Amino acid sequence: MSALLSLAGRELRSRLILGTGGFPSLELLREAIEASGTELVTVALRRIDPAMRGSLVDVLEDAGVELLPNTAGCFTARDAVMTARLAREAFETDLVKLEVIGDERTLLPDAPELLVAAEELIDDGFTVLPYTNDDPILARRLEDVGCAAVMPAGSPIGSGIGIANPYNIALITEHANVPVVLDAGIGTASDAALAMELGCDAVLCASAISRAQDPPRMARAIRAAVEAGLAAREAGRIPRRRYAEASSPMHGLADLAGGPVE
Amino acid sequence: MIVNGEPRELPAGVTVTALVIDLGLPAGGRGVAVAVDGEIVPRGEWETHELDDEARVEVLTAMQGG
Repeated sequence: MSALLSLAGRELRSRLILGTGGFPSLELLREAIEASGTELVTVALRRIDPAMRGSLVDVLEDAGVELLPNTAGCFTARDAVMTARLAREAFETDLVKLEVIGDERTLLPDAPELLVAAEELIDDGFTVLPYTNDDPILARRLEDVGCAAVMPAGSPIGSGIGIANPYNIALITEHANVPVVLDAGIGTASDAALAMELGCDAVLCASAISRAQDPPRMARAIRAAVEAGLAAREAGRIPRRRYAEASSPMHGLADLAGGPVE
Repeated sequence: MIVNGEPRELPAGVTVTALVIDLGLPAGGRGVAVAVDGEIVPRGEWETHELDDEARVEVLTAMQGG
């Protein structure tokens, strides 16, 4: 049994953080939370919608999960800081998944703005979990300013491409002294397993589950993949070889070359 | 005043708490944050913070999001 995940002062049994975006209904979200075993879920902060039926906050509270508010949709450090402060008011939490987006097409992070926002929020007492690029140097800079984790993108949000640059993710996990959470790009269970095998401490997943044909079933699959990937990493994989290495002994082989017995 | 981008008819001097109730939200405002003219109004000040006719108010809450 692997140790608990220490993240942002919490001890979590689950290494799967669930994004709540994209679920077709609150009921499917509720079922997916249960199937995923998650203890931490992201939410966005938006204008109240008078037409909305059912309360997201009630569903999440009933599920017993902690909220991780995000700053999705912010393109500047200023907007992200303001959104984080509003989220702290609304949800009474210092946790924030810090997103500062640089481009609408890729939704990839804007590195300079991200660093500025991270520093400002940490100075203001926030526990900052930044959504970042798969850039080992930026990850180090975020750790240096006091982020509680780094959350590199495997590939663009919602793309389902998986981990585009496993080499960079491995570099980040090798050198980080804070938890590394693979955030964004997961398409299916094998991507989550790979993230854990590359040394990630957890996986954050939204669209791969919420937009799957059967979200609760995919939640179960990705949960199992996260556990499998971690177990495989801890078990120690064999080295890759250029040529085969027989697993059956070569001595004691029968001599089958002779003709029929006379 | 303008509430979430839409004009809303409310008597001048109405408090943030009264606006929150008028929007059909629980008075305690659990899961709700309010900004007036770009400044956050902490929940502890909702009872006393009065809104004028020109106020631009944002009333925000949790939505599903990654």
